[in-house]
Amino acid sequence: MSLFELHEVGVDIPLARGITAALGGHEPRVLNILDGITLDLHAGETLGLVGESGSGKTTLARAMLGLRAARGQMRFQGQPLVRAVLRRATAMMFQDPVASLSPRMRVGDAVCEPYVIQRIPRSRRRSAADLLDSVGLPPSLAALYPHELSGGQARRVCAARALALNPALVIADEPTAGLDVSIQGDILNLMADLKRERGIGLMIITHNLPVIRHSAERIAVLYLGRLVETGPTPEVFARPAHPYTASLIASQPNPDPRKRRADLAIRGEVPSLLRRPPGCPFHTRCPVARDICARVPPPEIHVSATRRVRCHFPLIQPDRNGPQGGQ
Amino acid sequence: MSFAADSRTDGARPRPRGALGRLMSEPMGATGAVLVALFIAVALFAPLIAPYDPLALDIPAKLQGPSLAHPAGTDQLGRDTLSRLIYGARTALAIAMGATGAAGVIGLALGMMAGYGPRWLDGALMLVLDSLASLPMILFALAVITVLGPSATTLVFVIILVSISGYARLVRAQTLGLANAEFIQAERTMGASNLRILFRHLMPNVVGPLLIVLSMDVPVVIMLEAGLSYLNLGIRPPVPSWGNILYDGYSSLRQQPALVIAAGVPLVLSTIGFTFLGEGLRDALDPRLKGGGP
Amino acid sequence: MTGAQDDGTVLRVEGLSVSYGAVQALRGASLIARRSEVIGIVGESGCGKSTLASALIGLPAPGARMRGQVEIGGRDIVAAPERARRAMRGAAVAMIFQDPMTSFNPVLTLGQQLTDFQHRSALPRRARRARAAAMLARVGLPDPELALDRHIHELSGGMRQRAAIAAALLMQPQLLVADEPTTALDVTMEAQIIHLLRELRHEHQGAIVVITHHLGVIGELCDRVYVMYAGEIVEEGTTDEIYHDPRHPYTQALIACDPAHIAGTVDRLPTIPDRVPDLDPPPPGCSFAPRCPVAMARCRTDAPPRVTVGPGHAAACHRVTP
Repeated sequence: MSLFELHEVGVDIPLARGITAALGGHEPRVLNILDGITLDLHAGETLGLVGESGSGKTTLARAMLGLRAARGQMRFQGQPLVRAVLRRATAMMFQDPVASLSPRMRVGDAVCEPYVIQRIPRSRRRSAADLLDSVGLPPSLAALYPHELSGGQARRVCAARALALNPALVIADEPTAGLDVSIQGDILNLMADLKRERGIGLMIITHNLPVIRHSAERIAVLYLGRLVETGPTPEVFARPAHPYTASLIASQPNPDPRKRRADLAIRGEVPSLLRRPPGCPFHTRCPVARDICARVPPPEIHVSATRRVRCHFPLIQPDRNGPQGGQ
Repeated sequence: MSFAADSRTDGARPRPRGALGRLMSEPMGATGAVLVALFIAVALFAPLIAPYDPLALDIPAKLQGPSLAHPAGTDQLGRDTLSRLIYGARTALAIAMGATGAAGVIGLALGMMAGYGPRWLDGALMLVLDSLASLPMILFALAVITVLGPSATTLVFVIILVSISGYARLVRAQTLGLANAEFIQAERTMGASNLRILFRHLMPNVVGPLLIVLSMDVPVVIMLEAGLSYLNLGIRPPVPSWGNILYDGYSSLRQQPALVIAAGVPLVLSTIGFTFLGEGLRDALDPRLKGGGP
Repeated sequence: MTGAQDDGTVLRVEGLSVSYGAVQALRGASLIARRSEVIGIVGESGCGKSTLASALIGLPAPGARMRGQVEIGGRDIVAAPERARRAMRGAAVAMIFQDPMTSFNPVLTLGQQLTDFQHRSALPRRARRARAAAMLARVGLPDPELALDRHIHELSGGMRQRAAIAAALLMQPQLLVADEPTTALDVTMEAQIIHLLRELRHEHQGAIVVITHHLGVIGELCDRVYVMYAGEIVEEGTTDEIYHDPRHPYTQALIACDPAHIAGTVDRLPTIPDRVPDLDPPPPGCSFAPRCPVAMARCRTDAPPRVTVGPGHAAACHRVTP
């Protein structure tokens, strides 16, 4: 069963408007952040949500956690979203672990904060030391303030707090941002263990493809608020279907000097959300774009039973034997 | 070495000293704290400390210079200046701390509401507060006193009214900056109520800067009280207030200059005390400055 | 300007040590960079690479004590008085920072600043502005004339970094120091900045020093690499040697940890256990010994020798043999 299902989800935010516009009764301008997001996440699975800044990946996470109003249908554990349920059964790990801990609260109080907020009876709480231990931290850390922690420690503290209520879904925003390479693996291994031991559904939001490659079973690629490709990670990396995914993979700097790229995989920058290109949002930077791409938004096609791509001219041909279209 | 470096070694590290310990470790903060503590002690225990009744007249002994019997001399009615100054500390403390304290609490509440609440509330509150702030303080004070008559209550009322806006603005700016901070977002994802976010997470972070400003404003209010009393618009004689004493001293400056000097000393000392305390608090209250890293 | 010595050496750092009080952040670093060469300095947080970067431009953090030599075009910036250092900055050495937003004044237009940067040039104002526009065009800013009238916040992240590169190159410095030039950028933007720097190295007559924690940037951009750990250079060599034949156990571990190095799915990602040691004072012997999988008793007591394994390839390790 799907842990979390999204069907045609979209998010618009109203643009701040001047007093004159408000008095004049003009239709408020809205900025379309996300549209047509259809995605599901399974228990015990890691889904990697990849995109550059402005792709809407954090907005999607916030919509899933009920922190942002969204269009379309979302179901958590088969039920429509209920805020109280979400608060108990989901947890979010933020990008900046030190900033996501209350600066004047000691670590011990911070990890137990979910119990206090959710008014969990004392008998059903785990101790701060126990929670810290479950993420491999010594109990003595409980007496420290967040700014006294190292980056890796703060990440683990956030993980401990996220796990306090035994959530079914954990969303981690850039879990390795700002961490040294030698510690990155540590955090990713910890998250993989927790997922395996507790059957948590994990969504990792990142722009860092190598992180996704080794820690997510499935990958979803966002570009300017549209889901351009989803599929099993190894398949997507081996044969990307969307030109954007291909460019992203090719743009990744290679540490091996013998495999240097002579040319650029992709030029230009992500357009502003205020000036979303018509048709396919990627056509302005796409190496294989044709006329139709600038006019008609591409439909979502199934290229195999497990892979979907939103492109007029996908880089791989749809599997004839696989199901065509439809859900 | 520093705490920052120590903290990276898991466990065995000295516990950070409290804010008071950090305050007292700085010469400036310590001086401020001692002076303020002295000031408060004098005000509280005035009846025990004062050698004479501040209102007792002794016309034959008027306008004496400092002596063993009257260390600070006597005024034009023969009242003991030291005793009057000691009781004057009570007036100054009640008005200054009462007024800034009340203004601080109201400013804190309004500022947090404006910074964390819905946008319309912010707009409305700021409109009111800006109008208040645009009133010229002294003229406004004079106008209110003219209408309500000079009294301690009027004085406190005026001071509260004119200072709320500044405190509220400070708190609002701090709150706005923190409202989108990740730890507040994190609280929301955990389902914390707005009240919990406001009181448990926002308030401890905005109250520090407010305390600093409040502490530095206390001497301003003491001076204002003295100034208005000097103009006979504040505390009515014979109640001893530093401003009244200063006024009396000024009137008899030719006969006995000691009186003016005696009245000036506590004003200067309390001003230095509260200002230094504010400076000291600024460093002591910020947990991030603890020890300081390399 | 041709201050460079005959062998083309632009930068020569010799026995450079920087300490902040008891913290010995950089200890005895020696490196060289030649004309038209891109060298990389790679290491993790706390390895001293930022300290090295600030020493290279003669701007150590307040309270820092510098010893040793940093010769740029034959002139020692450490020994030079502040006035001479200032003259060298901009003309002899320029820096690109991680966050381009902070390297520009937010209230001045790009044109005003790029013209001001040339204050030592004899050119008239109009000519300086034209040079600025030409430089912006060179680094790939569309409509450079229009960009000159913009403020830094009006540019996108990638364009800001391009403008910062233009500003740094404006005075044709012999040495360009780039401190984490792509860390704040998205992947596709990062690739473009790497591409730009690679193009510029051919036109730019000086040397480029890239300081980064990202092995991918090193691999794509650098000719030679210095690997730093806990304030010391532990290994140096060509990028190819360092990646394909790393000798120091730290270099080996660092490369093994880089997820970009690992093909396919793995059950567990490798890590380096434990943490970088405190440097007040640094541990005796090899500073990597406490985390080193092949450390011997000697490693904890004796400082490792610098062992030359090939021309230009050396590692500071007891285990390494020529």
